[in-house]
Amino acid sequence: MDLKDLYQEIILDHGKNPRNLGKFDNYNKDAKGNNPLCGDNVHVYLRLNENKKVEDIAFEGHGCAISMASASIMTDMVRGKEEKEVKEIVTDFLGMIKEKDSLETNILKDDEKTKLMSLSGVKQYPMRVKCATLSWHTLTSALDNSDQIVKTEE
Amino acid sequence: MNIHDIKKEFPIFDDKIQNNDLVYLDSANSSQKPRIVVDRIYDFYTKEFSNVGRSVHYLAVAATNLYEQTRVSVQKYINAKDKDEIVFTKGATEAINLVANTFGQKYLSEGDEVLLTELEHHSNYVPWHFLRKAKNIKIEFAEINDDGEVTLEAIEKKITNKTKIISVSHLSNVTGAILPIKEIVQLAHLKNIPVLIDGCQGAPHLKLDMQDIDCDFYAISGHKMYGPTGIGVLYAKKKWLEDLPPYQGGGGMINEVKKEGITYGELPNKYEAGTMATAQVIAFNESIKFMEKIGIQNIEKHEKELLDYGLEKLRKNNSVNIIGNPKEKGGVISFTIEGVHPHDIATILDEDGVAIRAGHHCCQILHDKLNLPATARASFGVYNTKDDIDKLDEAINKCKKIFNL
Repeated sequence: MDLKDLYQEIILDHGKNPRNLGKFDNYNKDAKGNNPLCGDNVHVYLRLNENKKVEDIAFEGHGCAISMASASIMTDMVRGKEEKEVKEIVTDFLGMIKEKDSLETNILKDDEKTKLMSLSGVKQYPMRVKCATLSWHTLTSALDNSDQIVKTEE
Repeated sequence: MNIHDIKKEFPIFDDKIQNNDLVYLDSANSSQKPRIVVDRIYDFYTKEFSNVGRSVHYLAVAATNLYEQTRVSVQKYINAKDKDEIVFTKGATEAINLVANTFGQKYLSEGDEVLLTELEHHSNYVPWHFLRKAKNIKIEFAEINDDGEVTLEAIEKKITNKTKIISVSHLSNVTGAILPIKEIVQLAHLKNIPVLIDGCQGAPHLKLDMQDIDCDFYAISGHKMYGPTGIGVLYAKKKWLEDLPPYQGGGGMINEVKKEGITYGELPNKYEAGTMATAQVIAFNESIKFMEKIGIQNIEKHEKELLDYGLEKLRKNNSVNIIGNPKEKGGVISFTIEGVHPHDIATILDEDGVAIRAGHHCCQILHDKLNLPATARASFGVYNTKDDIDKLDEAINKCKKIFNL
């Protein structure tokens, strides 16, 4: 294990200065996520336009560097994408965090994939995987209009 | 037994953990186990095992005697009047649930109040919450002050003529505050209110004398006292154990069972239904003996030295913020580092073998009050040394470096 894999510059940067932090007025989908063991929480807001494209996305919440960075990078990455594409990216990301060595989707550009792969360090820290995945599960919940609060503990 | 040389009694420190010497600073969560405790479990299962209190064969009688010896050891250790005042449970959580359930059944009704404090562990809140749901009782919380203490005055302020029981921690697992439990009991008894003490953090670190404290109930966790998991103790004054209804029904707790009705067993069997954690109870006797050998005064002195050294060291470390500043404090230091989330602190410290806990430590009410989602916590046991604290300090510096602080 190497801490440098976990706390890469890009993670520290996004963790410290999360992009898209806050709430905007005309969102039409949102969902909450909780990590009861850590006390982390996240609230994802997004606006899906008539063409099912994510027009805008933001999040509120607090948590560790990994969870904040993950939400920050995620929101950057899915803005402007179609719902179908967003879901493919989420599935690909969760698959990568869980077992795969790389990202397979063609929707993302190489530099975007590199950015996302910076979160792959959590694989070596099983207790921290849920920090990286919370906002992604919450995004899915928002898209699916689920009223259930996402919880990392099943 | 010399406390400064005690690490070697604990097999966990024999080997490297992830290539590091283990710096174990999570004893408030659970303590490590001395070899004699681990060996006792093995010996019991391999040479002496039988169920207790039922059969008449040799092994059953011998096991029953061993089991009852632990009861006597605990009685003496905490200076209870009678061995029947010692009830074995699966942990302190079950001990508190036992009291909440049976006392609640018999003595609480709608509008009655249970008085807790803001620094209680969830295990001394949730069992009372069940009663709030079932019986519509009220739960009041005595407030903490800015130093993270609960004073006698704070307790007094919340006592009303509806208060039916007071249930408070002996020692906070977050701020380390030692509550004035003797004074709380005196005050409560003047008003005929019984008191339960959650002694999870008190029992491993402080001298216990039930005659001096005079509380009605005291809950103990075995695994925080260098004992096995799955074993706890409820101390209760005999009058309560005789008066309250049984908690769980099953074998071992009955006197006579007929189709028309059932009579219950004598104390303490009345509260020990089913096959108990026999091996753990028997091994717990070794934990008590281990602590007696070192001497609780020596344990208190050693941990106080570590605490003073740790507080001095961490106060000097810029950006470290220590939670609470109680005048009477046990070996617990909860802290935050500005700009680093407690979970990141815990992961980075772990890389150097420094094991701490991060989170709300099962005290969400307290963390809400402090307006902190989580804290990092270093807590001490007999095996810790000043060297451990130096390593903690170094690891914190590494943490700050990674986060460019």
